[in-house]
Order: sequence, then C-alpha cells, then structure tokens
Amino acid sequence: MAKRSGGPSNTEIDMTPMIDMTFQLITFFMFVMNFSEAEQDDRIQLPSSQIAKPADGVIEKPITLQLTNAGSVIYAGELVAVRDIGAYLEREKTLMIDENREPNSATIIVRADGRAKTGEVQDIIRICQEKGFERFALRAQYDDRR
Amino acid sequence: MARRSSSGLTDKVEINMTPMIDVVFQLMSFFMCTLKVVAPEGDFDIRMPIAAAAAAAPDDQQVPPVRVKLSAGPDGSLASIAMNGTPVADFDELRKRIIGLVGADSGPNSLAEKTEVEFDADYALKYVNVVKAITAVSGKVENGQVVELIRKIKFTPPKKG
Repeated sequence: MAKRSGGPSNTEIDMTPMIDMTFQLITFFMFVMNFSEAEQDDRIQLPSSQIAKPADGVIEKPITLQLTNAGSVIYAGELVAVRDIGAYLEREKTLMIDENREPNSATIIVRADGRAKTGEVQDIIRICQEKGFERFALRAQYDDRR
Repeated sequence: MARRSSSGLTDKVEINMTPMIDVVFQLMSFFMCTLKVVAPEGDFDIRMPIAAAAAAAPDDQQVPPVRVKLSAGPDGSLASIAMNGTPVADFDELRKRIIGLVGADSGPNSLAEKTEVEFDADYALKYVNVVKAITAVSGKVENGQVVELIRKIKFTPPKKG
C-alpha cells in the first residue's frame, strides 16, 4: 500500500508529560517562595554563625534596624544616621502604647553588617534602651558547615 | 437527519489545552521571576535593660559576670581577647575556658544558665568579631547538635574614641 503523501498530516502530540512537569515546577516554586515579611537588605553582609539557629516561632511585630558597613541604619527602607533613629523609635513607641503594648515587650532585630563598627551596634542598642526597648535579637547568617 | 446516539460508538471529546498551558506557563514565569533565594538566618537573643534598672534589681542567685574584653587593631581587626583580665589566644580557647568555668551542663538551673557574659569591645572593632565571640560563649556544635552554654549576654556601654 502506498504511503499517503501531500495534504496536512494530523499529528497528535501527547501533552500529558509536559503538563505534569510544568505543574511540578509550579509546585516547587510555590514551596520555595519566601512569603515571610522579614526585612532583608542586600546591602548588609551578615556575619555567619553556626550557633545562630533560625527562630522556632515568629517574632511578633519586631522592629528591624539594619546597620550598613558605612555606619547608616536602614529603617523601614530608609537610610537614617545612627543618631537619628531615636526619633523613629519614639514614633514606634507611641504606636505601641496606643495599641496597649509595652515597649519592653517588643523585639528589636539588629541586622548589622559584619564590617560595621561594634561601637555603632552598641550605640543603636543604647538608643533603643533609652526609649524603653530591652529585647534584642542580633541576627547572623546561619552557617551549617561542620 | 437522525441524531447519532451514544450507544455503540464512543465520542472523542477534544479539549483545547492551549489556554490552560498559557496560564500555567505564565504562573511558572511569575514564580521564577519572583523567586528570591534567601540564606537562613538566626538570632542571638539578648535581654538588656538600661543599666540603672538592672542595677536596681539585685538577684541573690546571681553569679559574678564573666567579662570578655575584645581589643581592636588599627584597621578594626581583632588584636586581642581577654577573659576576666587573662589573655585568651583565640575563640576556640575562649569556648574551652567558658566550658572550664561553667561546666558542660547547660540544663535548667545550671551554672551556664545563670552566668552572664559581658562583652567589652573597642568601638572600632569589626562587628564580625563580636558575633564570633558570642558564638564561642553561647554554645558548641557536637555531632551536628548545638549544645547551649551561656544564654545571658550583655554589652558594656559604647566608648567612643
């Protein structure tokens, strides 16, 4: 029997494996996507530590202060001088008091660059203490190399 | 013309897959573009009330604090470490000295839990050294497990200059 030539051949492609794989990929990306609202900035190179284990629970309404290598603080996406953070913290404190929360119950997350001066970190802690904050979380990159 | 009944022959229903595949690819592109690989981060929790308030609340169970002095070189690098006035060669030795002082037991009501370490670091010292020092006193990794040591950490007030 002669093979039929000419005319459009109706080739059916089996799409099932491709759709399967695509859905698997979507699932993968959905799982690895970071939905956490933790403030992170690429300008900060955190020091690493094997002991700084990721927190078990979520810190409720933390205040994140990020200290850059150059000695400025990134607060809510804004670059602020260390000496000026007091005014911003005062605002946070007022907001907390309005919500019937004590400043000493809030956690200040300090994300300081490893190359920054320790004195500047201490300055930040001192200013926070003066505003009534006393819980601090010094953030480090978790390094699981043994 | 009589309608063909479904009794004998089975109808092959062709589903148009194109819109679904379009949407699926759009979703995939969205997730690929918004994906941000984040390195895991951890915290060192410190409770540090202002100095006057801490002094006003004496604790009879209190153990004298261990003072760790971290001195900076001219470029902010670590020049020397001293624990309670005695020089320490490196952070590993500092950890050994801390274990020697408080023992390996870190359970509730242990000496490790009660002891407080106060860091006195030079203003210009690079912060990475402080994190190394905190790591050395806060715990050790043994067979892949973290064994906690000191939990109470504080800093001396900053000294500029």
